[in-house]
Amino acid sequence: MSEELTNSRLGAMAYDPAPESAAIARLKPAYGLFINGQFSDPSSHENFETLNPANEEPLASVAQASVADVDRAVYAARRAYDTIWSKTTGAERSKYLFRVARLIQERARELAVVETLDNGKPIRESRDVDVPLAAAHFFYYAGWADKLDHAGFGPDPKPLGVAGQIIPWNFPLLMAAWKLAPALAAGNTCVLKPAETTPLSALLLAEILQQAELPDGVVNIITGDGAAGAALVDHPGVDKIAFTGSTEVGRLIQQRVASSHKHLTLELGGKGANIVFEDAPIDEMIEGIIDGIFFNQGHVCCAGSRLLVQESVADDVLRRLIRRVDQLRVGDPLDKNTDVGAINSAAQLARIKELTAYGEEEGATRYTSSCPLPDKGYWFAPTVFADVSQSHRIAREEIFGPVLSVLTFRTPEEAVAKANNTNYGLACGVWSEKGSRTLWVAERLRAGVVWANTYNRFDPASPFGGVRESGFGREGGRHGLEAYLNV
Amino acid sequence: MSRVSTAPLRLVTSVDRDVQLPRASTLPVIESEVQLRALLAGLSGVDAVGAEARAAKLATRSLKKSTKLAALDLAIAMVDLTTLEGADTPGRVTSLCAKAMRPYPSDPSVPSVAAVCVYPDLVGHARHVLGSSSVKVASVATSFPSGRASLNVKLLDVREAVSAGADEIDMVIDRGAFLSGRLGHVFDEVVAVKEACGSAHLKVILETGELVTYDNVRRASWIAMLGGADFIKTSTGKVGVNATLPAALVMLEAVRDFAEVAGAVIGVKVAGGIRSSKDALRYLVLINETTGSAWLSPERFRFGASSLLNDLLMQRLKQRRGSYVRADEFSGD
Repeated sequence: MSEELTNSRLGAMAYDPAPESAAIARLKPAYGLFINGQFSDPSSHENFETLNPANEEPLASVAQASVADVDRAVYAARRAYDTIWSKTTGAERSKYLFRVARLIQERARELAVVETLDNGKPIRESRDVDVPLAAAHFFYYAGWADKLDHAGFGPDPKPLGVAGQIIPWNFPLLMAAWKLAPALAAGNTCVLKPAETTPLSALLLAEILQQAELPDGVVNIITGDGAAGAALVDHPGVDKIAFTGSTEVGRLIQQRVASSHKHLTLELGGKGANIVFEDAPIDEMIEGIIDGIFFNQGHVCCAGSRLLVQESVADDVLRRLIRRVDQLRVGDPLDKNTDVGAINSAAQLARIKELTAYGEEEGATRYTSSCPLPDKGYWFAPTVFADVSQSHRIAREEIFGPVLSVLTFRTPEEAVAKANNTNYGLACGVWSEKGSRTLWVAERLRAGVVWANTYNRFDPASPFGGVRESGFGREGGRHGLEAYLNV
Repeated sequence: MSRVSTAPLRLVTSVDRDVQLPRASTLPVIESEVQLRALLAGLSGVDAVGAEARAAKLATRSLKKSTKLAALDLAIAMVDLTTLEGADTPGRVTSLCAKAMRPYPSDPSVPSVAAVCVYPDLVGHARHVLGSSSVKVASVATSFPSGRASLNVKLLDVREAVSAGADEIDMVIDRGAFLSGRLGHVFDEVVAVKEACGSAHLKVILETGELVTYDNVRRASWIAMLGGADFIKTSTGKVGVNATLPAALVMLEAVRDFAEVAGAVIGVKVAGGIRSSKDALRYLVLINETTGSAWLSPERFRFGASSLLNDLLMQRLKQRRGSYVRADEFSGD
């Protein structure tokens, strides 16, 4: 062994750029509103540009829906519900859903590139996670459409009617699939509003719905800002509001929907705790922590943004974690070797910077990846805060970015107490080779989802949703049907 | 049981992006089976789902252009060109050695491979043909591939191969002893074989396909390393399941951790079923992102293979010319 060796550089073999072609997206210069099966101009003739967050260049011009457009979309959905969809058998509905699922698979590459351009997420994730999971959701709920009698909600459960669905910018296509697939399987018609900064994959999905020959008006997709979303929430012709997004906006929606006839489900923020015991499988646990917080740049409502590590192994875990964080490849989201992409918007980047500044001010020890960042676009280097206390803002508030707060605990009781010491309750992770302890901890965690020896794993058959300020209602699985049935 | 070094286990606690390598060898002393068991019991478990997911994720890395060219050349230099058949003859070994020294005579910039790997009775012949070339002679000994013989027979096998000129010995561990819990027996055999090797390098074959679980792979890796292995090797190539990416990942994690806590840099060899350049490059990515630069060298990583070499040559030429050539462009040895 050579005496002069003192370390072995990870990632010494630099990878040449391996970009996916942006041309695959075949983006149009402008997109209208998808109402009653057709793309049409907004009544206001107002448009806005959607940017590529990786270089701040405009991708396409998108219609700004006005109150009148929202009204038109809800009317189209109502008519489609009354005249067609409520009279369509479950088996027929399932046929359309299977078609959509297959078309998503056929156009997977195009969808993945569009998603990465518009959102900034690495192509590896849009290709291997977002798009396949979106197709899987349509496949899964296609199977339920003709079996609702056997879903456990009594004989012949009825749909609610017109569902208004507002989705966030972190998983634009996947959230559209989570909303549309169960709603349509249950027999509802939909008005979907994608997020202002990420409308493109939903508009491509609209093309797919046309290709699938879904009857006109069964799904309407309107683009625009918060005002369009508010108009949809307030519209008297809507029977159900399903919202995924921030707790702040969710609270406003709940207030506006109160005292109306509308059903409501909310999937809001989180401050997930990833709990690491000293007997955890260490290498896989490190990967799980990384996936938990750096997947999708940490723009994940269920992100494992708090790491609770048993004090006896804290030094070793932190050392390995920092080493691994420094290896993350940050850069061009279209590059197949990119691990962490761009922050979705300037506003989100500002929010992340603000909260991380508090972290340093409050006395936490900051480790920031030494990775080089591109000059243009919205970027934030993966960051870990050690020595974080429960009272720090970075331990309490959702950062929604690639920032991990590390806290320690001594006993399982303390781990549970710290994990539950939050207003949120979406997801937690437990890492241990001892099954009995994992179950003991999982039973006591106040969270909608608890993962054991993994994190951020999704399957259409598994229900997902929160408790407390993380919202209510479930998406996915048999439970996901309940949100769209009159039970 | 005894080992030469006396330094205690040492943990590196500083925060650093790279894998810390020791300045000097500080191998821990294993004096009893109780101590060995305690050490192995202290190793972290492996979560199979997580390990396989990590390997699959790294397999999606895309190597292009100059990275790919450099990686193909490195892979060629890491090949242990192998023939392990009952039908092997001196003539067969002669042509294999010629291929090993000059894999593609039309292009002198193609590196020679790391070693040829043969049965012990053909070591003398291979040594004679290779002469003073940089290509090493490796030999499978210890009643390869099953290892079902007495220790004396195994040691004799090793000593004869070494005295016939083998630079490297590929031994097999006693899987039966491992699976029946006689871990001290496995360790003692590695120690004895290492001693019989003298100055020859020792590669210890774990036969991961027979150990089955990743926990076993990790424990067997540590037994081999503590016993004095210079390399740990996945497989004989003679059973149903040979080298796999997740098994190699677990072994790379083991050599990385061993370097940090025990103070010795151990190599890894993957063998069996690696036929395409794509497969080979995936292993290089695994090294790059698990153990780092110190293992990106034939000194620390090998491919035990035969047909792989021609595919590496094929892809190398394709990268340079932009188009594929006929398979007959390369010699069939």
